[in-house]
Amino acid sequence: MIETSQGLIPLQAYLILASLLFCIGVWGLINSRNAVRVLMSIELMLNAVNINLMAFSSYLDGSLIRGQVFTVFVITVAAAEAAVGLAILLSLYRNRVTVDMESFNLLKW
Amino acid sequence: MHIAQYTELICFIILGAVIIIGSLGVVLLNNIVYSAFLLGGVFMSIAGLYLLLNASFVAAAQVLVYVGAVNVLIIFAIMLVNKREELSPIKGLKLRRFISGGVCACLLGLLIRVNLTTKWNMPGPASIGEGSTVRIGEHLFTDYLLPFELASVLLLMAMIGAIVLARRDVLNTDEETQEKINQEIIEEKKQPLLIDQSS
Repeated sequence: MIETSQGLIPLQAYLILASLLFCIGVWGLINSRNAVRVLMSIELMLNAVNINLMAFSSYLDGSLIRGQVFTVFVITVAAAEAAVGLAILLSLYRNRVTVDMESFNLLKW
Repeated sequence: MHIAQYTELICFIILGAVIIIGSLGVVLLNNIVYSAFLLGGVFMSIAGLYLLLNASFVAAAQVLVYVGAVNVLIIFAIMLVNKREELSPIKGLKLRRFISGGVCACLLGLLIRVNLTTKWNMPGPASIGEGSTVRIGEHLFTDYLLPFELASVLLLMAMIGAIVLARRDVLNTDEETQEKINQEIIEEKKQPLLIDQSS
């Protein structure tokens, strides 16, 4: 059995990987013009946060793996968010006949 | 022991490279279908990362929920809205991308600096290893019982909300007078309800 807290991988490696993934997600969220890609970027950011929680739970929390419980809840909320987001996207597409984010500007001032 | 540790390190490097390259592909590729399938690969690699962290239950949940549900839902949405359309060019798109890339790089630098300068309480207590599934079950039914029940209510609300939002309103009879509705009115092409203000 590999003991992760004494393995060769430091905690910081997981955290840096998660921050890279989060920043890629933020960039995609800002710059995507396709609404489906915006939802995908949100999923990437949620996964980055999950990696953080899992790494902390494994390295710092010992036998109280609270991070893993939180990750399960985040996965639940992400599934609900994806379902509602895609339903909103479908009804937007039905009304505007496009998925271009630049044309969803009804509330722009 | 050394072979096990090096195997773990090599697995981490491979999974990390797949995650980063795959997510760059998700964001940067032009074809949205390729993006969706790459996203599935990224989710699978993240599940592998969870296995490296001795969390088999969360890895299974990740594969079931993300790859099995969310990714399939995204692919279905792409199939429903995948119309080839020429996106109208907008002014200063390059500049906008450049500035937002700079902001994201600054955010990345900030996060990495926080990672590296914080004194983590290392080495922490010994990891529980494969007993994590039992421990998650104990947590869910004792001290995290209320969030667990709230999550079930949230999932029910999301399901009903998604059905209501995505449903097409077609009624065969008038709701007030109970008369048959002329089907041609329903079948005719619907004008967009919201006026396009992008031009």
